[in-house]
Amino acid sequence: MTGRSNGTRRRTVDSGGLALAVYEQGDPADPTVILVHGYPDDHSVWDDVAADLAADHHVVRYDTRGSGASGVPAAREDYRLELLGQDLYAVADAVSPDRPVHVVAHDWGSVQSWEAVTTPGAYRRIASYTTMSGPCLDHMGYWIRHRLRRPTPRHLAQLLRQGAHSWYIALFQLPVLAPAAWRLGLARLWPRVLRDLEAVRTRPGHPQATLAQDAVHGIELYRANMSPRVRAPRERYTEVPVQLVTLQRDRYVCDFLSEGLERWVPRLTRRTLNATHWSALLEQGPTVAAMVREFTARDHGALRQEPSATGELVVVTGGGSGIGRATALAFADRGARVVVCDRDLPAAQRTAELCELSGAKAAAYLVDVGDGAAVDAFAERVAAEHGVPDVVVNNAGIGHSGTFLETTEEEWRRVLDVNLWGVIHGCRAFGRLMVERGTGGHLVNLASAAAYLPAKRLAAYATSKSAVFMLSDCLRAELAPHRIGVSTICPGIVNTNITRTSTFSGLDDEALAAKQAKVSKLYARRGFPPEKVAAEIVRAVRTRKPVVPVTVEAKAARLLGRLSPALLRRAARIDAG
Amino acid sequence: MPDQPRFPYGEKDLAKFREAQQLAYHCAEQVAAWIEPGVTERQATAELRRCLVRAGVRDFFHVPFAWFGDRTAFRHFHTPLQFFAGSRVLAEGMPYVLDCAPVVDGYTADIGYGGKVGENPVWDLLAKDLRTYRELILREVRARRTLAEVYAAVDAQLAAHGYDNRHQVYPGRVIGHQVTRSTARGPAGVSLFGFGVRTLQTLGRELVKERLEGRSPLWAGGRASRHAPTPGLWAVEPHIGFRDVGIKFEELLVVTDEDAYWLDDDLPHVRRWALQEDAA
Ligand SMILES: NC(=O)c1ccc[n+]([C@@H]2O[C@H](COP(=O)([O-])OP(=O)(O)OC[C@H]3O[C@@H](n4cnc5c(N)ncnc54)[C@H](O)[C@@H]3O)[C@@H](O)[C@H]2O)c1
Repeated sequence: MTGRSNGTRRRTVDSGGLALAVYEQGDPADPTVILVHGYPDDHSVWDDVAADLAADHHVVRYDTRGSGASGVPAAREDYRLELLGQDLYAVADAVSPDRPVHVVAHDWGSVQSWEAVTTPGAYRRIASYTTMSGPCLDHMGYWIRHRLRRPTPRHLAQLLRQGAHSWYIALFQLPVLAPAAWRLGLARLWPRVLRDLEAVRTRPGHPQATLAQDAVHGIELYRANMSPRVRAPRERYTEVPVQLVTLQRDRYVCDFLSEGLERWVPRLTRRTLNATHWSALLEQGPTVAAMVREFTARDHGALRQEPSATGELVVVTGGGSGIGRATALAFADRGARVVVCDRDLPAAQRTAELCELSGAKAAAYLVDVGDGAAVDAFAERVAAEHGVPDVVVNNAGIGHSGTFLETTEEEWRRVLDVNLWGVIHGCRAFGRLMVERGTGGHLVNLASAAAYLPAKRLAAYATSKSAVFMLSDCLRAELAPHRIGVSTICPGIVNTNITRTSTFSGLDDEALAAKQAKVSKLYARRGFPPEKVAAEIVRAVRTRKPVVPVTVEAKAARLLGRLSPALLRRAARIDAG
Repeated sequence: MPDQPRFPYGEKDLAKFREAQQLAYHCAEQVAAWIEPGVTERQATAELRRCLVRAGVRDFFHVPFAWFGDRTAFRHFHTPLQFFAGSRVLAEGMPYVLDCAPVVDGYTADIGYGGKVGENPVWDLLAKDLRTYRELILREVRARRTLAEVYAAVDAQLAAHGYDNRHQVYPGRVIGHQVTRSTARGPAGVSLFGFGVRTLQTLGRELVKERLEGRSPLWAGGRASRHAPTPGLWAVEPHIGFRDVGIKFEELLVVTDEDAYWLDDDLPHVRRWALQEDAA
């Protein structure tokens, strides 16, 4: 369609004696993006994505060995991943000898690009990598091993599900049958397969005319690589920033296959797209192009020493102290870009300064989360200055102690304004941005063990937190189709500043100070550091865990509340808090 | 409440204490200039001791210490034995802390010196911020706050900075201790558990005496420190850390009957802050 005629320049690149057909578009002065297709496609599967990106990129595609107009290797061993990885470097060296390239790959193209991206020193030639539906086979080998070694029900279910999705890989090992199937009619049926199973409309020029032979040759990809790599995986790390785009309706690659990918890829950004394996490229080309554009732009000219230019964007409210500060730091450590806000600006700035010590990019803003208009303005500003965040942690909160009747209206309002309305405003402003962007995200809301542990002295505080708990449950259901996760964190007793700023109904200044000191001492003695809560928050985002009680007391209370609510009701009378 | 003891030192004594402290910092600076990647903690303390002995020191309040890398922040310290210099090798980019306490003519110095080899941005920030603590402690002591209150104020400042309190790892969680003229007659230069025998004699006597008076010669955050600092000399050692980097200074604070001041402002860290201020 568009790409083929519109100023596409054809050339041939030699890779170890094999001729690769290369197609170039756009201004070579712009950043170079190489698009690597999968099986059983050729470069034309990228037509829409390439046409869109060519506006501001030097777009390069090639037919991978054995497909399209490229040479066909003679032996199976010539389909080894090492050689496929070298093909990518050969093309990169030919089309952009002086500058590193951005790589975008799909399906088998992604499998072979992983090989290139995890080659030591890859960051010198590859500026960023956007991967769709094709894992690194070595990572997959470790993924399987890990699950076989720890066969929890969840792990076994994952193995079974991914196994069921990989049936064709087994079929491809069959000698005569698989090629015969393609030759005898599957190729002709392919447009219907795409239409019925993949929601891809038929259109002229697709699939490529060489489909049948491409598909037959490509079977060697599986035969040459699957079992050696998966059976004897190598440890493959990369410093290249990677954007993983999970296709939500992918029939071949399950999303949980990327669990724990951070182990190999410290600079990982996760995105989701509501698409099938092929509709992503053939029906939603402009959306994919937009994701690539955003990622390559983030990275522009970034040096290795500035790891966070491409990290995911994390917003933390109340980031000037305690759990919020620790959370900002934990994300910064993992290469995220961090935006903190607080009603105490110097405190937020201090957090940003500490984040920068980890080499992260960080910014601080003055925001009172209880003020809806201020939070809306903040969200707009973040979107304009940094982009739509991938993770938002609604953490700002205040402590208050007082029985129901003691607590004044003003105190009720103050607690609800910050603890409940703060979360509502944050979820609304940022949730809307995430939905509009359409590539998923994650909201984290700080509730408390008080959300499910009644205590007569915590009337207002516990009410606000239990509202946050329920709000999060409802919101999670609403945002699930948009692939936006919602986690509720219930910390327990954590040693932070909160005890020094908590208010108490009906106490004069002196008694208040004494009470604050007493509670602070108690929390200090418990000695649970906010860093541990931060680690749980990071984990909750990775694993999309819905509810996370953190300390033992928070876990025990949750359990007890389920076993014997009556007991908790009675315990609520105790004069504590 | 028993009477506060009066400030026991004259100008002559203070000059002697100042000399001892200068000598100690001078030796630390010499070792800092000598130190380089590949040196172990034990080699560093040996060099520090050699340097002090060369300067005429015969007795020590405690043996010299050196901590490298994450040991500057006392990470993973479980037993007091871990305070002693070990086989940790200094590498490029590492922070280090030297701590020594020579006794000169019965006048004790107890100093802490933080440094780094090569680049270390975390250390740079900590070193700059250490100044806040020197000023804060003096301000609070001048306001006659109790030792426990000053300790809490330091903790609050640490929380605001996002650092953590590493002096809490010292035995007794102390941020400081009283220093007196040692008049003990035990063998000079002999040490037990890292402390000079004469130190232990003096310290033991002080502990008993001060205890009886309801005061503590040790400065920490607990009940025993709920009194304003006793007039005299206090070795104060805020030790602050961020992750795997720690830094401290330790120097003598003079607490007179009405006032307080740092014994000497002509010290490496104070000079460094002045230079930075000029540069800014
Ligand atoms: N510390 C605990 O034991 C504990 C237990 C359960 C839940 N939590 C919750 O965790 C969250 C963080 O608490 P923490 O312990 O880190 O407290 P903290 O007091 O150390 O930090 C809270 C931060 O939020 C900021 N903040 C307060 N009100 C704000 C507002 N209106 N707008 C913007 N910023 C505001 C404060 O300035 C402060 O920097 C709170 O929601 C709290 O309720 C804490």
